[in-house]
Amino acid sequence: MAQIELEGIERIFTLGDSKVHALRALSLNIEAGEYVAVMGPSGSGKSTLLNLLGLLDRPDAGHYRLEGRDVTTLSSDEQAAVRRTRIGFVFQSFHLVPRLTAAENIALPLMLAGMSAEERKQRVGRALHDFGLDSRANHRPDELSGGQRQRVAIARATIMQPAMLLADEPTGNLDRQTGQEVTSLLEALNATGTTLIVVTHDPNMGGRAHRQLFMEDGALKQDLRAPSPRIR
Amino acid sequence: MTPADTFRFATRAALGYPLRTGLMVLAMAIGVAAVVMLTALGDGARRYVVGEFASLGANLIIVLPGRNETGGVNAGSFITSTPRDLTVGDAAALLRAPMVRRVAPLSVGNSEISFGGKLRELMVLGTTADFLELRNYRMAQGQFLPREDFGRASAVAVIGQKIRDELFGAEAAVGRMIRVGDARLRVIGVLDSAGQGLGMNTDELVVVPVATAQNMFNTNTLFRIMVEARSREALAPAQRQLEEILQMRREGELDVTLITQDAVLGTFDRILGALTLAVAGIAAISLAVAGILVMNVMLVAVTQRTGEIGLLKALGASGHDIRAAFLTEAALLSLAGAAVGYGLGQLGAWAIRLAYPVLPAWPPDWAVIAALATALGTGILFGALPARRAARLDPVQALAKR
Ligand SMILES: Nc1ncnc2c1ncn2[C@@H]1O[C@H](COP(=O)(O)OP(=O)(O)OP(=O)(O)O)[C@@H](O)[C@H]1O
Ligand SMILES: [Mg+2]
Repeated sequence: MAQIELEGIERIFTLGDSKVHALRALSLNIEAGEYVAVMGPSGSGKSTLLNLLGLLDRPDAGHYRLEGRDVTTLSSDEQAAVRRTRIGFVFQSFHLVPRLTAAENIALPLMLAGMSAEERKQRVGRALHDFGLDSRANHRPDELSGGQRQRVAIARATIMQPAMLLADEPTGNLDRQTGQEVTSLLEALNATGTTLIVVTHDPNMGGRAHRQLFMEDGALKQDLRAPSPRIR
Repeated sequence: MTPADTFRFATRAALGYPLRTGLMVLAMAIGVAAVVMLTALGDGARRYVVGEFASLGANLIIVLPGRNETGGVNAGSFITSTPRDLTVGDAAALLRAPMVRRVAPLSVGNSEISFGGKLRELMVLGTTADFLELRNYRMAQGQFLPREDFGRASAVAVIGQKIRDELFGAEAAVGRMIRVGDARLRVIGVLDSAGQGLGMNTDELVVVPVATAQNMFNTNTLFRIMVEARSREALAPAQRQLEEILQMRREGELDVTLITQDAVLGTFDRILGALTLAVAGIAAISLAVAGILVMNVMLVAVTQRTGEIGLLKALGASGHDIRAAFLTEAALLSLAGAAVGYGLGQLGAWAIRLAYPVLPAWPPDWAVIAALATALGTGILFGALPARRAARLDPVQALAKR
């Protein structure tokens, strides 16, 4: 049983009279611990796929089994619980809450899970340390550099120790050097067993993944696996 | 999310936008302050009037000529005849009622008083010896009217403090002769100041025997008769006895009106209470306006923070979590507004009391409680729609919004 099983997924957006087939007849299995890059031209359905995998969106047809459970039929509150415990998101535009400090942003998932303030503080302290943000704990997002912001976002995405990490162009807003750092950080997390699925336009970054999915016009065009994990 | 965390999160959100929060708190505060202050004013007026009437004396019955139509329909109501006047004879007869302690007939008119070339317009009150105790007045000097037959027109007068000062200055007044209208009267006493009451100022009054006043004004009717019952409990039986006596004296027809202080007080209490309520209602409109403002501001907040809501959903917040956070924020803003408004309202009421010391302008408890509850209620009520909208946002679209 694969961690992620997609079967005959269709996603159709209706805009007035016109219909956009964002995903068509998509079937796909991803094992736990895989490192997958999703690539393809703009508008090919990469983000739509990622949102679906993250339970932020529902398919119009087909089945999505996550860890053996059909999650397409869950209520939105049940889906929220799955997101809370099993899924971490990293966005291109960081999505930090501007009025909260780095530490408070990282603590958000723990707060939503109802963890006590005491335990929260410990876990966040450890995360800040792991991500090299010790001296930035009480800074607001607008006092942080782009790389630091994305590190805070990744710390937040992983604080609940999710089974999979979904990143939509995580380096899109960063310069090359910082982008490299963030990529290494995500890969290090993958190395500890977290499934990593990254949407990217950068062939370099895509090439580092163990598996590459090429999308075109909502369909999966190519599914390339590196013959063996590359030595980095 | 625990309630404590929801509360903290909402507080941070409210403090994160100081201008918006400040304006909303101000709007709510003005509404609450208006209710507190206006009800303080209304209730102050009510207490003032009630206090004035209470100084009349609790066991008083006032007899007026003419039937008060609100007393109900009786055979007499259909006979269109002018009511018979009240006479001194009526007043004397009322003394026979066993439950009655004191009777004071009143005859009132305007006249001129002169002494030593000084002339002054003033109010002349014709009455009898009982009047002093019946109204709880006190003498500053000399005596009140002598106890004598109601029909006897003695040439004596009791004057008010101010009249005394104006006419006699530092000289002794008692024993001097004055002229009131055409009558020459001897001053036998000076009334102590008792302030304003029922449109009469004792300081600017000349009191003469009722028969003297009637001669002066060339009439034999009375303005009214004041009767004091033996006790508060005797009020109802005394009223019945008075009615019997008067009915007998006017061939079975009761064309007079009897008013007790209780009834007058009750009426005024009701009228002014209703007024206070009406004023509170008008002020409450500003609370409703504040409520609509709360709704608008919260809707703007939801739009402003769409990205944040999307993020919270991606992080696993349930619809309930988000609804609770926004509702708590609205409630907090209303509560802060209500607290500030309460302070402002009390300050305003204090200022009114300072400016008009006679007016006991304290906001009634019910108004304060109602204002605070309404503020909180409107905040939550009008916060519900924006909170629901936030909870229902589609996470993908919310996240896409920048
Ligand atoms: N909410 C929506 N309503 C209507 N159409 C949508 C919506 N979201 C996506 N689409 C359409 O679906 C298609 C796939 O969009 P998607 O965002 O998945 O593309 P993408 O591969 O992520 O592109 P990019 O590389 O530019 O981010 C596009 O044609 C887009 O216009
Ligand atoms: Mg995209």
